[in-house]
Amino acid sequence: MTTGYNFAYLNEQTKRMIRRALLKAVAIPGYQVPFASREMPMPYGWGTGGVQVTASILTPGDTLKVIDQGADDTTNAVSIRKFFVRTAGVATTEETEKASIIQTRHRVPEASLREDQILVYQVPIPEPLRFLEPRETETRKMHALEEYGIMHVKLYEDIARHGHIATAYAYPAKVNGRYVFDPSPIPKFDNPKLDDCAALQLFGAGREKRIYAVPPYTKVTSLDFEDHPFSVQKWEEPCALCGSTTTYLDEIILDDKGKRMFVCSDTDHCRKAQEKAA
Amino acid sequence: MTKPLLVAENISKYYDGRVACEKVNFELWPGEVLAIVGESGSGKTTLLKCLSMQIAPNAGRVLYSLRDGRTESLSDLSEAERRFLMRTDWGFVHQDPREGLRMGVSAGANVGERLMAVGERHYGRIRSTALDWLNRVEIAGDRIDESPRNYSGGMRQRLQIARNLVTAPRLVFMDEPTGGLDVSVQARLLDLLRGLVRTLGLSVVIVTHDLAVARLLSTRILVMQQGKVIETGLTDQVLEDPQAPYTQLLVSSVLQV
Ligand SMILES: Nc1ncnc2c1ncn2[C@@H]1O[C@H](COP(=O)(O)OP(=O)(O)OP(=O)(O)O)[C@@H](O)[C@H]1O
Ligand SMILES: [Mg+2]
Ligand SMILES: [Zn+2]
Repeated sequence: MTTGYNFAYLNEQTKRMIRRALLKAVAIPGYQVPFASREMPMPYGWGTGGVQVTASILTPGDTLKVIDQGADDTTNAVSIRKFFVRTAGVATTEETEKASIIQTRHRVPEASLREDQILVYQVPIPEPLRFLEPRETETRKMHALEEYGIMHVKLYEDIARHGHIATAYAYPAKVNGRYVFDPSPIPKFDNPKLDDCAALQLFGAGREKRIYAVPPYTKVTSLDFEDHPFSVQKWEEPCALCGSTTTYLDEIILDDKGKRMFVCSDTDHCRKAQEKAA
Repeated sequence: MTKPLLVAENISKYYDGRVACEKVNFELWPGEVLAIVGESGSGKTTLLKCLSMQIAPNAGRVLYSLRDGRTESLSDLSEAERRFLMRTDWGFVHQDPREGLRMGVSAGANVGERLMAVGERHYGRIRSTALDWLNRVEIAGDRIDESPRNYSGGMRQRLQIARNLVTAPRLVFMDEPTGGLDVSVQARLLDLLRGLVRTLGLSVVIVTHDLAVARLLSTRILVMQQGKVIETGLTDQVLEDPQAPYTQLLVSSVLQV
């Protein structure tokens, strides 16, 4: 651990401010709490919101896992993990089961999470209403008055254009029967994992200066129509490495002749499944 | 027992101390079409915006008879109640349809939005209602998935009307709904509006500087000059036998054309 930094980089006053925002977010599930986002030694788009949340909840005894698109070894995940090793000296792991805090971009781990774990999401755009209503004053009012009709306008457009709800990522959901929120750009495959999850889920948007949360065992309902119910992605074939038929698969192009295979995007889960089978 | 749908009491609005409209009083009865006429700058739009709560008047109040039978001053309603009223019981047809439409989504979504806003969650029903309404405003059903950007000015205006009427509002505010259109398109739109108003029994407050529009659509007329109502009465009577010198001038200038 490098000296000269405060533990986990942020000073204590900033952490207290962020923790207050987090407490408020937990108290009002799905509500976007503004916070004074700080400059971090990494560019926006690299998960500065998630990093600030993780920095504020991290303790020396924690074990941290960082994933990007389900993998621990991508540049973004590696650099965030290194950052916390350097500034907080915490233990890290690639195993979901061994982590107490998991910071993620674009995926929810396949293994079901426990009460003693916290999942921290990196969020680029927290406001689900923005695509049809760019005015911030108006979207706040819409949330306050539960005016969520335009979320269905978006789904209507999907069906009119594609014959089905084509939104596959950042699929909007309602938290605890009240606030509509953007679960960050995870595939809609992961939306059901947010529902009634045992772990605390925290969402940080750095550039947009917003924090929101889904407390443990909270209802998260993906929006849909009665005659076009919510459904998740399915694959024709199992994972080429572990044989799983229940996980989210990435397509990998093997050569320039169009040869390809499908493998689990959650690399830790896939490796475990392969070890078990061996 | 019937009572007025809307009552304007002493509505006044000033901008920097200058009168935009002053001490306007009238009653609008169910099924009635009231035309507000007057020259440019006479305060027509300002009055309409005060009535429909888009701006707050400096003095006076607007009483409205809600669907549940209560009569309330609009300023006493909570913001949630007011916004709910606006997208269910009221319609607002803007002169520029781009202000009243969502140009980024399809015609079908434009018509369906209010249904979804009041909780309709069945795609098939939303779509068939939208088709029905496109038909009623004479837009071909096979253009339902197109953006209103592809539509002509007249089609956009008809789409805006369908979007407003889909929740069966009782009161529709219109500000120069035929203003930007050329004459033949105007005539067709006026015919359509007249038919809808009759079959649906709508109450309407329509702003126009065109006396021909007022004659065709309205039952009563309110003539404004420099922010004040200078004459009011049954449209036919006022246009046949105008009392105020300014109204006489308006009427005779139209007849000369
Ligand atoms: N937002 C504003 N700020 C300042 N003055 C305004 C504003 N809106 C309207 N006014 C003034 O109030 C008066 C009435 O304007 P209003 O738009 O109501 O007239 P109008 O009868 O609708 O005219 P037109 O037929 O040209 O649309 C005008 O003198 C106008 O300049
Ligand atoms: Mg005007
Ligand atoms: Zn696998």
